[in-house]
Amino acid sequence: MFVCTRYKWIKMGTKVNLISGRTTVQGRNLDSKLSEEYFDEVARCDLNKADLEKLGVAADESVKVNTSYGEVIVKAKEDGGTPEGIAFMPMGPWANAVVSGDTHGAGMPVYKGIDAEIEKTGEKVLHVKELMQTYMG
Amino acid sequence: MVEVTDVVCSLCGCVCDDIVVEVEDNKVTKVKRGACSVGKSKLMGHNRIKSPAIRVNGELKDCSYDEAIKKAAEILAASRRPLLYGWSSTVCEADKVGVELAEELGAVIDNTASVCHGPSVLAIQDVGLPSCTLGEVKNRADVIIYWGANPAEAHANHMKRYSYVSKGFWTEEGKKAKKLVVVDVRATKTSKMADVFLQIEQGKDYLVFSALRAILYGHADVVPDEVGGVSKKDLLETAEMMKGAKFGATFFGMGVTHTGARQNNIVNAIQMTRAAHTHTKFTITPMRGHYNVAGINQVCTWETGFPFAVDLTRGYAWYNPGELSATDLLIRQECDAALIIASDPGAHFPGESIKHLAKIPVIQIDPFPNPTTEFADVVFPAAVSGVEAEGNVYRMDNIPIRLRKLIDSEYPEDEAILKRILDEVRAIKEKEGN
Repeated sequence: MFVCTRYKWIKMGTKVNLISGRTTVQGRNLDSKLSEEYFDEVARCDLNKADLEKLGVAADESVKVNTSYGEVIVKAKEDGGTPEGIAFMPMGPWANAVVSGDTHGAGMPVYKGIDAEIEKTGEKVLHVKELMQTYMG
Repeated sequence: MVEVTDVVCSLCGCVCDDIVVEVEDNKVTKVKRGACSVGKSKLMGHNRIKSPAIRVNGELKDCSYDEAIKKAAEILAASRRPLLYGWSSTVCEADKVGVELAEELGAVIDNTASVCHGPSVLAIQDVGLPSCTLGEVKNRADVIIYWGANPAEAHANHMKRYSYVSKGFWTEEGKKAKKLVVVDVRATKTSKMADVFLQIEQGKDYLVFSALRAILYGHADVVPDEVGGVSKKDLLETAEMMKGAKFGATFFGMGVTHTGARQNNIVNAIQMTRAAHTHTKFTITPMRGHYNVAGINQVCTWETGFPFAVDLTRGYAWYNPGELSATDLLIRQECDAALIIASDPGAHFPGESIKHLAKIPVIQIDPFPNPTTEFADVVFPAAVSGVEAEGNVYRMDNIPIRLRKLIDSEYPEDEAILKRILDEVRAIKEKEGN
């Protein structure tokens, strides 16, 4: 099934409310964002066990996160602290590929509370340099 | 080997100033105590940008500082709508030159507040901020609230140095005699330490602030059985804890500034603090992210009258964050050149705005390569403030602290690079008769 959103047609997956935020390992690599440790920590999406089961995805398998603003491939992670229906992505290039730049007159983009759809995928997670390449051209 | 004490951390808004490191052969070889794992990582260093560079046919080619200064000044002087962005991971002395450059160019100058606590700034301009220093929190506070913040991960020393876990003059028993309330959408490392954890529904902060305000003003009867996923019982218990405090302190993070109601969330948080004043002493403080984001807000305000998102095109300062934030400017594809310093919009801006930034000429000043470097056209490596350069910064509670220099650097300081760009821009303008 397909649905029309503000910018494009997106495929229906499991619907979640997407939020992004800091983690310790993300912070430790603020000045080394091209490192493998940063990639492993930040190119990911935390979901509740029930949501992972709904998607048929095991931890560390790839998922595609779709929003009205873009799509990105990341690794799924299980996190018991994240409630069902919420997806958490560490702040960084992967989360920001799918957040909204609409500041609603306040200067602040929407980094939390974004309608997203997640689906299982066999596609590869782009490294930070590859991801930045997608903005050029 | 030399042991250096009272080292100041240049990572997050805590600006811890009690760190001890060892220095040998002009290198920081060990962080002995005081720093959290994030601060320690900063002090020990990372891979650096090795040389100034200019992009030629899609590739960054090493060049001299003189060539890079000339190229950067040419780009900025030729721009009709330049954006100067970042300023939070450097010192106030560099920020001051940045504002001068913005005035000279007639540029828009914005800082990272616009993607972290910009809404807090708007709310504080609206209703004020009953706040205090972190020293007062340490010595007095017995009820601590973290709302939409996860300091155990993002400001790892905050609880130990200043709030829940610290021991102060009137809080000598430490956490045994304190209460911790955490409000968050997710269960986090911080919420696991809490006496009360209010797990709210995402985006419902405004409603929960309103419910607590009503209870604190004596109108619990109007509060329904559940608000934003939190039971009335838990809200009543939290309000009683707040009323019973000798000194309460609320800290709020991007869980509140990034969601739907933005600055209105913060206005309501401040009004909740005022409601608590009808019972006891209560304060509220934003958890600032970069170590000197509070400092660029100070400098920008001294110099232009406004803390962020300032347009100097007209020859006087014009302030309208919803129009002039870096994100808004980029999404409207309005700016035609950008200088990025001490920040990384390539990693931290929405993809929609990065698309335009990747198209226009970008000048980057930073010690470290990062996603912004991938599309920058002129790159300047700089000394690391707080390790290789000194200068003044403002902690999250707006207390100025001077960063210390620990080792010598082969790279110039941000302030020196900016001064040279400014001089070159002035020379170009003089030549052109502007």
